[in-house]
Order: sequence, then C-alpha cells, then structure tokens
Amino acid sequence: MPFQPVKFYQTGTFTVGNRLLALEQRSVQANMQRTNSLNSGHRACQGCGEALGARYAIDAAMRASNKQLIAANATGCLEVFSTPYPETSWQIPWIHSLFGNTAAVATGIAAALRVKGRREVRVIAQGGDGGTTDIGFGCLSGMFERNDDVLYICYDNEAYMNTGVQRSSATPPAARTATTMPVGPEPGNVFGQGKNVAQIAMAHNIPYVATATVADLHDLEYKVNRAMGMHGARYIHIFVPCPLGWGAASNDTIRLARLARETGLFAVYEAEHGEVTSVSKIRKRVPVEDYLKLQRRFAHLFGKTPALETIARIQAMADKNIRKFGLLEQGGQ
Amino acid sequence: MDKPFAITLDVGSSLANHTGSWRTSRPLYVDSLPPCNNACPAGENIQGWLFHAEAGDYEAAWRVLVQDNPLPAVMGRICYHPCETSCNRGQFDSAVGINSVERFLGDEAIKQGWKFAVPDKASGKKVLIVGAGPSGLSTAYHLVRLGHQVVIFDAGPLAGGMMRFGIPKYRLPRDVLDAEIKRILDMGVMLKLNTRVDNILDTMKSGGFDAAFLAVGAHIGKRAHIPAGSAAKVLDAVGVLHSMEGEEKPMLGRRVVVYGGGNTAIDVARTAKRLGATESIIVYRRTREKMPAHDFEVEEALQEGILIKWLSTIKQVSDEGALTIEKMVLDDKGFPQPTGEFETLESDSLVLALGQDVDLSLLNGVPGLEIKDGIVQVMPNMMTGHPGIFAGGDMVPSERTVTVGVGHGKKAARNIDAWLRGGEYAAAPKHELAAYEKLNPWYYSDAPKIMRPMLEVVRRQSTFDEVQGGLDETSAQFEARRCMSCGNCFECDNCYGVCPDNAVIKLGPGKRFEFNYDYCKGCGICVSECPCGAIKMVPEDV
Repeated sequence: MPFQPVKFYQTGTFTVGNRLLALEQRSVQANMQRTNSLNSGHRACQGCGEALGARYAIDAAMRASNKQLIAANATGCLEVFSTPYPETSWQIPWIHSLFGNTAAVATGIAAALRVKGRREVRVIAQGGDGGTTDIGFGCLSGMFERNDDVLYICYDNEAYMNTGVQRSSATPPAARTATTMPVGPEPGNVFGQGKNVAQIAMAHNIPYVATATVADLHDLEYKVNRAMGMHGARYIHIFVPCPLGWGAASNDTIRLARLARETGLFAVYEAEHGEVTSVSKIRKRVPVEDYLKLQRRFAHLFGKTPALETIARIQAMADKNIRKFGLLEQGGQ
Repeated sequence: MDKPFAITLDVGSSLANHTGSWRTSRPLYVDSLPPCNNACPAGENIQGWLFHAEAGDYEAAWRVLVQDNPLPAVMGRICYHPCETSCNRGQFDSAVGINSVERFLGDEAIKQGWKFAVPDKASGKKVLIVGAGPSGLSTAYHLVRLGHQVVIFDAGPLAGGMMRFGIPKYRLPRDVLDAEIKRILDMGVMLKLNTRVDNILDTMKSGGFDAAFLAVGAHIGKRAHIPAGSAAKVLDAVGVLHSMEGEEKPMLGRRVVVYGGGNTAIDVARTAKRLGATESIIVYRRTREKMPAHDFEVEEALQEGILIKWLSTIKQVSDEGALTIEKMVLDDKGFPQPTGEFETLESDSLVLALGQDVDLSLLNGVPGLEIKDGIVQVMPNMMTGHPGIFAGGDMVPSERTVTVGVGHGKKAARNIDAWLRGGEYAAAPKHELAAYEKLNPWYYSDAPKIMRPMLEVVRRQSTFDEVQGGLDETSAQFEARRCMSCGNCFECDNCYGVCPDNAVIKLGPGKRFEFNYDYCKGCGICVSECPCGAIKMVPEDV
C-alpha cells in the first residue's frame, strides 16, 4: 500500500503538520519530541538540502526503530559539516567511515550486532552521491548482493560539493561544475548514460528500493518507515538540492526539489524485490525550464541565444521518465 | 589526561557553534490583514473565526464572529459578501463560501441557544439610540459590551428596521431576525416601540441621556414627477414592502410594473410575483451592466419569471393604468438619452423604487448640524456637528446596506464610549495586506466551492419560503477548511519542519512558533514554504 496523501483538511498532508489531522497522520517532523538527530550548530551552508534530508530520514528511522539505531557515515559534506573535531551535531550513535567503505562498515556493524544477539538495534549507512554512486559503489553493490541487514540512504545533490563542486556520476547533463565548465560546443556536463543507482539497486532484487525528495516529507517518512519495517539490504535515494553547488537561492531548496518532481526529471517511486510497487504522480506538470532557470549551473542555457536544443534534450529526459514510470494521473495533463 | 589514543580535546556538541552569526537577514513572524477582513464593512475577523470553524469548534468561531457583528444569521443571508469578492482563494479556484459558513454559525447559535456575555462593570452612562434597525441594534450591542446603559426608541411597531420592513421574508425569515434581535435585547437593552422622537434634544434632556446615536434609516420613498391620471394606482416601493409586514397585504393586481433598478426594485417585483401577479415587470432606464442591483439578485429574479424592460423611462400614467414608455439609448458617457420612440404598457399598478430619503424632522432646531442632499454629515468618528449626537446607517453618507449599518454600529459605539470617557478612540494601525503573491498556494488542497441549495422556482413564484438554503455541518466545515488563512499562522508546522538548522521552536498547540536566532542562518526556506505568508524576511543591521 503506497503512501496515501490526505487531500482535504485545508492543506492535507502537503504541509509538515496539520492541526486538523489525527496525531498518527502527522509527520515525525511535526512532533515536538522529534529526535533532532542532526542538531543545530552544524556548519552546512544556508538552506542546505542535505542537512534537511538527513534530519528528516534519521528522525523517522529513530522513531521506527524505537531509538535503537546506529549510523555509519561516508566522507562528504554531511560528515564534514556535522563533525568538525571535537564537535558533533549527531544525537545518535554515529561512526565516520572512509569515503568509499560506508556500506562495508555498516555491514560489519550489522554482523557484530547479530553475533551479540542485539536484533533490536538497526543499522543505517548514509552518504552523498559521490560516496554512493562513485567511490563507494563496489562496497554498496556487495552489501546488496549479500542482502546485509542495512538501510543505505544516499543524499543526492548531484556533485562533490564539499571539495568544491566537482562532477560525480550523478551530475545531470549540461550542468556546470568545477570540472565540467560551460565552454566548448557542448558546455557543461556531457549527455552520457549517467548512473541511476536506484535502478541498479533494483537490479540486485533487494527487498526495498525507494526514491524521495525533501519536498515531500510525508512520502519520505513513509518510505523510511517502510524500509525500517523490513530486514535485509534496503536502499533509499533522496534528492537534496544544494544552493552552493547549483547556484540557487538558499530559500529555493524545497521549491527546486518540488520542481524536479513536477517536471518529471526526478521520478519518485518505490520498489520491492526489483519491481516498482508505487509511483508518486505529478500534481501540476511544469516544463523543465521552470526548474533549470532557478540554477546558475544551467545559466549558460539561457544566455542571449538560449540553447533550445539542449533544453529540448533535457525535456526529453523528463518526458522519458514520465513515460517509463507512468508519472501522470490517468487523463492528466 | 585520561583520553583515548589521538584524542586531545573533550567531545562537545555543535550547539557551541552559534551559526546565527552568519545571518544577514532574519525571518519574523507577522500577522497580516487577510483581504476578506479588509473588505468587510462590518470589520469582521473572518480568518479568525474560520480558524475555529475549521477545527469544528463552532461556538468558539461564533464568539469570535460576534465580537464584531451581533447578527450573523441575518448577515449570513443578506450580506452581499464583499469578503468573497476579495478572497485570495478566488485566484486559486473559487472564493471561500464565507457567507454560507457565517449563516451556518448563526443558525447553530440560535439552535444551541448561545448567549452574549454581559460585562459586570457599569460605566454609569446612559445612551439613547433612535432606530432599532441594523445600525441601532449593533450600536446598542457594542455599547452594552462597553458597560453603558442603552435605551432604543423606535417609531415602528417591531424592531428590525429595514431588515423587517424592507427585506422580504424569502430572503430573511422573520424567526431568524427575531431570534437575533432578542439576543441583543436580552443583554439588558431597553426597547421602546411605537415611540417617535420628535425633538432629539428634548428627548435626551428629559431622559437624562449622556449621548445619542441616531439611526432612523431612510424610509421615505422618492417620488418622480410622472403625470398620472387621478385613478391611476401609483405606489412607492418602501410602502409596499412595509405593508407586507402588516395584516393587510398590498393589492397590486395581476400586472405590476416596478420602476427603478436597485435592489429594492428587485425585492418589490419578486414580492409582487409571490402575491399572485401574473406579470411582474421592472422598467429601468439603463442596461443590466449599469444596474445598481446586485447581479445575483437580478439573476434570481429572472429565474422566477420577472421581466425587465431595459433602457426605458415612464413618461405618463393614464387613469386605466396604461403607461407611456419612452425608449432610451446610452450616450458616450453611459447616460440614458431619450429617443422619442414611445410604446404603451398596460398595468394594474405602478410601484416606484427610485431610492429613499431620510426623515430628518427629529433634528429640527439642533445647532451645529450639517445636512447635505437630505443626508446628515458626520465626522470620521461618526459624530454629527452637535457634540454628543452621533449618527449612522442609511441616514449618513453610505452604501446603505445592512452590513455597512452594522459596521457603523461598532465604530460609533467605540467612539461614543471614548467620548463619554472624555477621550478619543484611536483604532489600532492596520496590518499590511496579505496579498495572494505572498502565499505559497502549492500547499493547499484542490477543493471546489460548495454551493448552497436553492428552492425550486415553482415554489419561489408562489410562496415566501426562503429561497437560499443553508449548508449542513459537513459542508460548512469543508467550506471553512477551504480558507487559506492568508497572512496568519494556522500552525501547519511547515516552518518547524523545513528549517535545516532546527532553528524554529514549536511552542505547542495554539502557541505558534519562535525563531532561535542563535542558530538561524537566515536561509529563508521557512519564508518561502510558509503556505499563508505569515513570515517575512527583514535585513539585519550588519
């Protein structure tokens, strides 16, 4: 049963809370007793989507596991901004691994807990797109293949932001990064195959795979909760806009995540054992320009002579997602 | 130093790092003025009472409502609801049915027998109110709440003014009106009916009144000079509607012609139809677009089979009631001009609905008054040129609606209260308007407006049953929940949730939120994602 949005009661489940909904229908984030797993004082930039996504996901996991949770964290923004020695923003048992071995460290923790008979303690591994789709990919695939009892969460901000915005295998075509400058006949990142780790995870036939964004909290919490209700290898891919790396206004973080979904560029769905079980439909479809124009990493597409052909290719990617996942309501726009 | 290998410092929380120092602008919670509240002539806090209705606490909603308007069941029927015209939701799908929720609350209050609270402290001051119409009753209500003793004199046999003697039953059932008037009188207001005030100064002196509020309305039908045969039956609209409340209903005949284009003309034509006229015809000198009557009333009249002759003036009435009608055309400026083309229209009676004048005889001999075009001029505080005599409602310059009258009542009461205490009433400064552009409409559910049921046309043509029905509880609550709470926090927890820095403190249900400026980096996500625009960003002094 996928997440069922409540459509009435003024704002329904579109907002974080809603005084008109029953308590169990409200989000973990609306609760005054939420864990605040990632606490104030962290050094993430203004409007950081990753900091937001991490608190959303880990708070939900803390509730789902009755606060019996250990997290392993790959190197990356999330690790750097939350734990400059000797401070920590984490209010949970948390361990920093190397850039590439978080999945393996989490596997080890899960194995140790099993040996000690601590079945109630759950394990999460988390990292950015660099640590997940590039550097940690081998360990991750191994964790999937062995079906280790770990929930791996990837916070995808589409480049190596911590080290100065270098391209990763999650960087979208045409995006400007420090290593894909907007010069030459095809400025920005190439139109390659990309690396869609959620789809690759599905190909491992693991019990649960889901994608989510920071723009739809109720859906995100539902997916974390669902994943925590299962054992074995599970993977959640969360789309987290980065104001610094994308050249976006800090107040547009959630808006960008919403637009990524509403354009069709980022498909939101869940899958069990390799099969898609539900998709989040687009509510108000918009053209990709609405999303691209808010980000300076795409500014070269909208110069004196707009790169109409490139924009059309990006639109075609969105259209393909919409077809492939069935993102429009029946009879929708 | 008993520390593990390679550790030289004690572990600490990042709370030591006050990231608020990064900030160049700060978010602030604001309460802005919703457009509905801004547009309400009675100054209702509409968003405020809808907030309680949304949660199903109808008594709390009604109590907020009656802080401004003591006649919600009346107004929920006859107000022309400028609140809905200005509602931001109109730009999203369709305006919130504020008027129908108001009626639901008003009816619920009558059903449940909710009463007004009366203050236990008395000021010792006594105020005379002349006229028990909407304006007079509203003033009485507000003055009693402010601790003053109030006596109302009314020349008529029953209280209500134009709500009773001007507005037909099919729009405002009398049991509803009676219930709401009684609730005001139950606060200890003394009402003297059939008591005409001939000289206001004498009456004030003999009664020992400290101030007076005049709201005698405008009850004299304007006459136009139309040459008429001595046997022709020419009546005035106010008189016709007034006599509907008496024992003897007016005899209008089978063919009734009403002359005029205001709401009163529509009321008379619809009344004539219900009294058995086979033909009820409105003659108006301009076009539908130029008609002062509200369009929905014109529409309802047309549904009931009322005929309207546009661009026509009546030149003459013969003894047999034959009307000579001249066709008109609109000139460049939109004024009707005669064409010299004439036609004849048979009628049993002609009713003139050409506007009303004020009976000012009670003001004879009062020094300091200014009267212009038969209307009493008042200062912004509703006081006439004579100290201590205030006036409101239809007898002062206004739009002449019940809602405006009720609004005058509140305003006058506050100023009378201030004047009696030797001071001056200063209204709190208005909040900034919560314009649609300040909202984030993404968050609101798609929900179409619920229309009120209408009585079928056949019954509308033959009975005085109420035309427009009310909403049941489920529908009224649904409608209330369509409110977008423009400019005022409704505790959706969005700011509390979307802050990447946990810099929003939730204070608990009903207590809203606070910013923790020690950690707020000023990213502005809370401002962008607040559905109702209740947070604004202001620059820091750097």
